Amino acid sequence: MSATLQDILTQALQALANAQDLNQLDEVRVHYLGKKGIFTLQMKQLAQLEPEQRRAAGQIINQAKNEFQENIEARKQALQQTALAARLANERIDVTLPGRGQGVAGLHPVTLTLRRIATIFASVGFQVVEGPEIEDDYHNFGALNIPDHHPARAMHDTFYFDAHTVLRTHTSPVQIRVMETEKPPLKVIAPGRVYRCDSDLTHTPMFHQVEGFLVDTEVSFADLKGVVYEFLRAFFEKDIQVRFRPSYFPFTEPSAEVDIECVMCDGQGCRVCGQSGWLEVMGCGMIHPEVFKSVAIDDEVFSGFAFGMGVERLAMLRYGINDLRLFFENDLKFLQQFN
Amino acid sequence: MQISEAWLRELINPAIATTELVEQLTMAGLEVDSVTPAAAEFSGVVVGEVLAVTQHPDADRLRVCSVGTGDAAPLQIVCGASNVRVGLKIPAALVGALLPGNFKIKKSKLRGVESFGMLCSEQELGLAGTAEGLMELAADAPVGRDIRDYLSLNDAIIEVDLTPNRADCLSVEGIAREIAVLNRMDYRPISVEPTVPGHDDSLAVTVSATEACPRYLGRLIKGVNNQAQTPLWLQERLRRSGLRSLSPVVDVTNYVLLEMGQPLHAFDAAKLTGGIQVRRSRKDEKLNLLNDQTLTLDGDALVIADERQALALAGVMGGSDSAVADATQDIFLECAFFSPATMMGVARRFGLHTDSSHRFERGVDPFLQKRALERATQLILDIAGGSAGPVAEVLTEAEIPQRKAVLLRLQRIKKILAVSLPAEQITAIFQRLGMAVETQTEGWLVTPPGFRFDIAIEADLIEELARIHGYNKLPQSSLLMRSELSKAPEALLDIERAKDLLVDKGYQEAITYSFVDEALQTAVAPNDLFIKLQNPISSELAVMRTTLWCGLLQAALHNTHRQHSRVRLFEAGMRFVREEGITHQQKMLAGLALGGAYPEQWGESSRRLDFFDIKADVEALFALTGTPVRFEAALHPALHPGQSARINTPTGDKVGWLGMLHPSLEKQLGFDTNVFLFELDQALLLQKQIPSFNPLSRFPSVRRDMALLVDENVSADAIVDCIKSCGEQALRDVLIFDVYRGPGVDPGIKSIALGLVLQDFSQTLTDSQIDAIFTRVLAALAAKTHAKLRD
Repeated sequence: MSATLQDILTQALQALANAQDLNQLDEVRVHYLGKKGIFTLQMKQLAQLEPEQRRAAGQIINQAKNEFQENIEARKQALQQTALAARLANERIDVTLPGRGQGVAGLHPVTLTLRRIATIFASVGFQVVEGPEIEDDYHNFGALNIPDHHPARAMHDTFYFDAHTVLRTHTSPVQIRVMETEKPPLKVIAPGRVYRCDSDLTHTPMFHQVEGFLVDTEVSFADLKGVVYEFLRAFFEKDIQVRFRPSYFPFTEPSAEVDIECVMCDGQGCRVCGQSGWLEVMGCGMIHPEVFKSVAIDDEVFSGFAFGMGVERLAMLRYGINDLRLFFENDLKFLQQFN
Repeated sequence: MQISEAWLRELINPAIATTELVEQLTMAGLEVDSVTPAAAEFSGVVVGEVLAVTQHPDADRLRVCSVGTGDAAPLQIVCGASNVRVGLKIPAALVGALLPGNFKIKKSKLRGVESFGMLCSEQELGLAGTAEGLMELAADAPVGRDIRDYLSLNDAIIEVDLTPNRADCLSVEGIAREIAVLNRMDYRPISVEPTVPGHDDSLAVTVSATEACPRYLGRLIKGVNNQAQTPLWLQERLRRSGLRSLSPVVDVTNYVLLEMGQPLHAFDAAKLTGGIQVRRSRKDEKLNLLNDQTLTLDGDALVIADERQALALAGVMGGSDSAVADATQDIFLECAFFSPATMMGVARRFGLHTDSSHRFERGVDPFLQKRALERATQLILDIAGGSAGPVAEVLTEAEIPQRKAVLLRLQRIKKILAVSLPAEQITAIFQRLGMAVETQTEGWLVTPPGFRFDIAIEADLIEELARIHGYNKLPQSSLLMRSELSKAPEALLDIERAKDLLVDKGYQEAITYSFVDEALQTAVAPNDLFIKLQNPISSELAVMRTTLWCGLLQAALHNTHRQHSRVRLFEAGMRFVREEGITHQQKMLAGLALGGAYPEQWGESSRRLDFFDIKADVEALFALTGTPVRFEAALHPALHPGQSARINTPTGDKVGWLGMLHPSLEKQLGFDTNVFLFELDQALLLQKQIPSFNPLSRFPSVRRDMALLVDENVSADAIVDCIKSCGEQALRDVLIFDVYRGPGVDPGIKSIALGLVLQDFSQTLTDSQIDAIFTRVLAALAAKTHAKLRD
């Protein structure tokens, strides 16, 4: 290689090394390899040489040119790496900053509880049915074997619109409405709002109940006990003790109150269970013959059970809520705890 | 009802502890609410006798007493009570005694005189809230006996919460009877010997309302001393049942009511004129009651009267005109059976719930009256002296409730309880319950005793059997029932899905009262007819809501008042609208939003919520069902007139409303920001289109955009409708991507940028075909909306 060519190559490689970005690199490439580039001119000058010298000289120029090109490629790679690294460094963010957009809210604890109840019963084929909240006294009382002036009516502090129209005091009228229109077998749960004229620390004038009932040809108290027992264990996800205590409801017989081992103290006795270790959670019983009579179902052929539970009470036990009145204040600080 | 355990155990005393006794009652359906000690804890107090009293040398109000306490030497005790006197028996706290409140008695000196104990009042022993002077014990109280033993204070008060069917347990005897059954013991009713009449005088009794009063007994007792002291034991039993001692005659009637469950009443015979009548009241008849209330009766109330006037509201309360008083000497003691059918509702009608009405309306044993009257006579004569006359009885046998024999079939026991009990066990249970049992081929004929008003049908007997056998001993099965596949209606969306969508869009679920304040209801929905509760709990919860907005607005205020500047709430529930005499109970889904469009966050400038933010949420709800709905500008009294839309189905059904709360209402309610509201009818919202497949075109789609100049009052819907109504087969979609007002567009005019998506099923559209469609659409737009293409 001639001294001149060697100089050119040295300078060219130096120029590559000096190129700081891809644009500069391209300028260097054009300066040496472009149409009027230095290597290009060298090649053009070959024409002035003797043919026998041309071949050897050409090889030498190509050699230098190739070396230059390889270096361009290497430099390009290096510059690209640097550029990417710079970009990556530049685009670094604080991934711990919060995400943006619309937040997600949540359902009311009563709804959460109602859904749990419905899901558990739906798994064995219970259908959800709803009924009116403004009821006539026949469906709320009479058809449920609670005649006028019956002392059991005093157990219900009833809101009246007129002598015969009330806000339903329980979800039991749905039993009547379903049995009036459908024939057994029936497996129904009826959730909804109910109303009693009572307001203090442990009562709100509106609350929620879930009524459930099952009517078929062979339904016994043993089935009732089984369903209630399995439901309560499923609801609390705990193998709790359950006991059945004789009680009285005009629309069931035999009637029972169901107590569970206190879930707050595991039955040891605490403030919530009044030191008894037991919590009353629902009422139930075998559907009373008079109720079957009022919906023209033959109680010689069919039998059935019914149960009713207070949703707020179950929600309070499940989530450890200690003040009933919070349910209807709709304070976001309360509601958001269940999101 | 609350009763003393010691009293109960005097009648029946099974060898079990209090806790077990109480558990037995609860598990037999007589729920025990509480067990409380009859007296506070104290010790070291004995019956003392005041042997001598001398004046304290240095204190006018103190006396120095010599008190016998059973020990050899009397004690010197200084006392300040005014009723201290020689011979008086009193509770004496000895040195070392511990009184309620951890008050320890020590040897002390009072004004220089040594005192070895303290003489006590009822208050100091925790037996009464207040007391005047020392507690005076009976003259025969045994000196030296521990006062807790003597007054049987080591007793518990058992409070039983009885269900309305168990009237037979509204007495100590009734509960004793039940305990006997549970413990397989024999219960013998308190034996009562008839009193031999000491005179022959009587009052004539006539009963005209025989169906209401099938049995009436009465007798004159002459020469009683109603100022005699009721014995302490009887006072104590009354106290432990929550009754105050008043006078011997009244105390005895109350005592028998508690003991046997039979209400009795005593009239002052001197205040009566002529005979006794049991009759219906006369219209507008006045009756002065013992509680100083004067009733004006209708023609229907059952009263006890003399020849002149009504004396008592039968079975409920006596009257003041014939009431016994301190000076009373002769009494007419009545003891009747009033039928439950007559008594039901009476107490409620007059607002007079008494121990008597409570028992009569639930059913008193119609065979108890004679025994109860004799029992009361005996006690009155024992305490207050006097001489009893013969018993006058008016009986209408036919009206006495007869306990009918009820057939109990073995097969029904199996069907209802899923249990096979041995026949002997079944008959034994009923016999212990006092029922007559007669074996039949199918089962048994069981006749309940007179006091069991609750046993009338086979199911009642099955319940008794289950109750006595024990609910928890009955079998329990796993659910193995006939099952049917559940229905899965696809044309109906579950409301829970819609709720979930709102939750995901940041709306918190609220549950508000269905009854609201009338003023708020009227302010929010002045045109809706609502219904009022007759007996609201307060004026804030008095009328049924016709819109869920009432509750949501209140809930939002509750939160804005608590430093929440951004509130998004929804509620699913019923509204109650009166239309043409019918109250419609309509399930609605409503929402409210105020504050920023998004939660406050970094990197985005905050923006206030506007109509279209909420509209997007509402549209998302309808997207769940695929129901095409239309939003049309319409006026709602609660909403901003320029920002409210009625939402209709294509067939014109009114689904609901969406809009901004009217600024004047916003101010009136106390908001300081815009509030947006929506409310949708669930029935219409949740109707779902079952998807139906459309074939796909194999040819490419093209989009052409256009910018139109239209008058301000031409709605976006009008333009889109116009384009869609052109009948262009290739038109797939129209979308609005910009609305512009400002430089380059004349005032009163807006520029709307639209994109038309075109696609044909049989060919790729050519430019000339597309141009032709464009021209036709523009012509239609120009004709219907006066739209011009913007240059």
